Formats: sequence, C-alpha cells, structure tokens
Amino acid sequence: MTRFSAFSLFAKALGNNKTWPELWPDASPKPAYDAIIVGGGGHGLGAAYYLAKKYGITNVAVIEKGWLGGGNTGRNTTIVRSNYLYDESAHLYDHAVKLWDGLSQDLNFNVMYSKRGVMMLAHNVHDVQSFQRHIHANRLNGVDNEWLTPEQAKEYCPPLSIDPGARHPILGAALQRRGGTARHDSVAWGYARAAAALGVDIIQNCAVTGIRRGPDGAVQGVETERGFIAAKKIGVSAAGNSSVIMKMAGLDFPLESYPLQALVSEPVKPVFPCVVMSNTVHAYISQSDKGELVIGAGTDQFVSYSQRGALHIVEHTLAAITEIFPMFRRMRMLRSWGGIVDVTPDRSPILGKTPVPGLYVNCGWGTGGFKATPGAGDLLAYTMAKDEPHRINAPFNLDRFRRGQLIDEAAAAAVAH
Amino acid sequence: MILIHCPYCDQTLPELEFAYAGEGHIARPTDPSALSDEDWERYLFIRDNPRGRHHERWRHIHGCGRFFNAVRDTVTDKFEMTYKAGEPRQ
Repeated sequence: MTRFSAFSLFAKALGNNKTWPELWPDASPKPAYDAIIVGGGGHGLGAAYYLAKKYGITNVAVIEKGWLGGGNTGRNTTIVRSNYLYDESAHLYDHAVKLWDGLSQDLNFNVMYSKRGVMMLAHNVHDVQSFQRHIHANRLNGVDNEWLTPEQAKEYCPPLSIDPGARHPILGAALQRRGGTARHDSVAWGYARAAAALGVDIIQNCAVTGIRRGPDGAVQGVETERGFIAAKKIGVSAAGNSSVIMKMAGLDFPLESYPLQALVSEPVKPVFPCVVMSNTVHAYISQSDKGELVIGAGTDQFVSYSQRGALHIVEHTLAAITEIFPMFRRMRMLRSWGGIVDVTPDRSPILGKTPVPGLYVNCGWGTGGFKATPGAGDLLAYTMAKDEPHRINAPFNLDRFRRGQLIDEAAAAAVAH
Repeated sequence: MILIHCPYCDQTLPELEFAYAGEGHIARPTDPSALSDEDWERYLFIRDNPRGRHHERWRHIHGCGRFFNAVRDTVTDKFEMTYKAGEPRQ
C-alpha cells in the first residue's frame, strides 16, 4: 500500500499520476478464515479493520454481494451526531463520534469529516420541551448540545426563515457543534484500503446464500455464490437484509425493513453552513462539498426491499424544506434514491452475540446508522474477538426484547434518527 | 404511486387513501397471563420481514375505514391480492 502523503503526491505527479497502485486488491475467497464479516458497507469493513488492527485477527474476509459501500453506506445523508436521550445511546453514539475525530489520520485516507454542527429545529412547545430535556441529558453524559434562540439559530444558519408567521415557525433549536458530515464513499474505501493492507480479504460480488451450522449448533462457515467458506466466527452487518441472513442461521429477528429516501439538488456555490434537521416536519438538509444540497426524506409506510420509495414522501419533505428555507424554492433536484433500513421496535440497534455460537450481529440501525460507522465496527470487532460484548454495546443485545428492557429511542426521538 | 384494491369498496385506489397496519395474521393471545416471555417477545416484536411474499394489513382510512389483508411482493412492491379481514391466510 502506498502511504498517502505530500511526498507521495509529488512523486506520483512526476510519473504523470499513472503509477498509483489500486487501493486494495480484489481477493478470491480462500477455503477458510478465522473470521468472516458478511456485508461490505462501512460497518462491516470497519469491523474487519479493527479486528486486524486492534485484536490481531488478520485472517479475515469481508463478503459483499454487490460492490463496496453500494448499500446504505452510499445511500445515506452522511450526518454525524450523538445527541441521543438515553445514557446507553449517548455512550454508544458518542463512542463513534470520538472515533470520527482522527479517523482520516488513522486510515491515512481523507474521510472529509467536517464538524459543521447539527442543528435540530423546534417548531412547537413540545419540541422545545423535548429538546431542552435532550440537552440536559446530553450534557450530563458529556455530550455537547446547546439551546439556541431563533435569532441565534438564524445567525448560525442564515438561510433559515424565522418569520413567526411561517407555516413551521422556529421557536428555537438544539445545536451539537461536534456534529457534522463525512464523505460516505471515502469511509468505505478508507476502511477497505486500510483493512486490506493488514491482510483482510475483500470479496465483492459474492452473495451469501446460507450459513452452515454443525451438530453442536455452532457456525461452521457460509455458503456463497462462489462456494463454501469456513469460519468459526461470523459477523453479520447486512443492514436491510439482516433478517434474511439471520433466517439462514435459523433465527427470527425483531426487524422490519423499510425504504428510506434521500435526494440531492443541482450543485451550487457554498450557501448552507451546517446540518439542519426538523423532526416535526421530518426533513434534514446539508450541503456537500460538491455543492449539492443533500436532503433526507422519510420512510415509506410499508415493509419493502425495493430500494426505491414513493414520490409523495419526497414531495412532503421538499414542501417543508422550501417553507423553512424560502431561498431554495427554485432549486432543481438532480437525483433521488432509496436505501433499505432495518428498523427495530425500539429504534435502537442490536449489536452483540446471538443464540448461535460463533454468530455475531450488528443490525437494526434503522434510519441512522452512518453516524455510528466507526463505533459499530469497533464494537463488533471487540465482541467477535473477545466473544463477549464491550460494556458500551452490552445493553444493545438481542435479549432485551424478551426481557422488556428496551432502549426506547423511538419514543425519545419521534421520527428523525 | 402504488394502487391498492379495497375488497370492501371493490375499487382500486391510490396508496394515499390507505394506511399500512403491519404484518397480517398476528393473533392477539387469548390467555395473555399464561404466556411465557418468549411468546410475548414473538407476539410483540418478532416479525417475518421476508424478501418476497408478505402478508400484511392495510386500512382504507380515507374511504370505508375498514381493515383488510393483502399479499404483496416486498421486492417489486406488486400486490398479488387483497382480501377481507377474517378470511383465511392466502
């Protein structure tokens, strides 16, 4: 692996930039590995990287049915934040935010993490009370979050309309300054490159078709389109298809898969300085470094694996966006798409061991998994290496649905996540 | 927009007239106090979530207001059939 630096940039430029090696080799599956990760998105590649780097397990394969980062890693709106209400969630998401800091240096790959601030708008008295409660809870957990008056919100984000006669009036906002955005493709590529450099095999276009279990119930390996691959430890990080994969091991999961849509506008000059979310009207918006406005819409109402959503969902979001930011009324939208998100009953992820020995799972991130990419990868790697969950992800076990010990961010965050 | 056939109104109408109401044919336990934790978990939280043929409930909220069942393919979103509540699983 060529280490990226000012010197390597200069040296390769002298060679007319024709001598750059590929970022990672396209591997063919070996008959057996120490560990297999199913799913080559940011979470899965992150887990492979941390397994190799922190826990010394380098005989690892990442198996992806499509191309790297082609699922939800490449379909989200790239928002990073950790202002969750409950202690368990705050610790989990803040673990990820701490890893986002310094991730580019760690991977020697620019993931373009930009701490531009995430501002959540309060449109009614309930929002104000709920956000103030979030702010106090966050600060007790060491997570930065502060209250802004409408005027302060307008100062932080000038395109905002704080007209009191607006359809969605702004009564204030909660701002997490450490929140922001990152470049989603770079996260997948950066982890893939760094993991491959440590010996991890990255196998694309190879769908898992079955999970083989021995007489003792433990996993023996995975059946794939390219034959059987043996491994004593399998980590599943398959987002919307998680329940399909878990069924291959004979497990029924508390998951439902919904299409979640996002869209981008034509690129324009820098006009939008931060990330703005509105739970009440269910819209979020930021501007990418390419200049496109990146807009997140809601989920369709029914279970689906179609990777596309209905137009009326997008129309609803755009109607709200143009009310709050009148200057965007004449912007044209370029592309829209859908990703399949796996939603748990309490809107918190499932990250830990399963009843099947050797099978580990990282799923249920629902509509907000991108922000957790480094943290989820790290914790899945820890759980697989030690065969026990880290204290941060221990509460996010599968048992909680039987014991009734939910981490009910569904009630806390209403919709946007 | 998806078009859905209401078996009560006998009309095929836009999705906006309907509300999705979760997986179909999940019967409420007749003797709740006799249920084990595992059975409660299964009833409350475990869902089939198949990639393919899915049995589900819909409600014609902006029409007759009644619940009915449907079979839909979750990969193509194409409805195979809808049938009245109380009719056997298709």
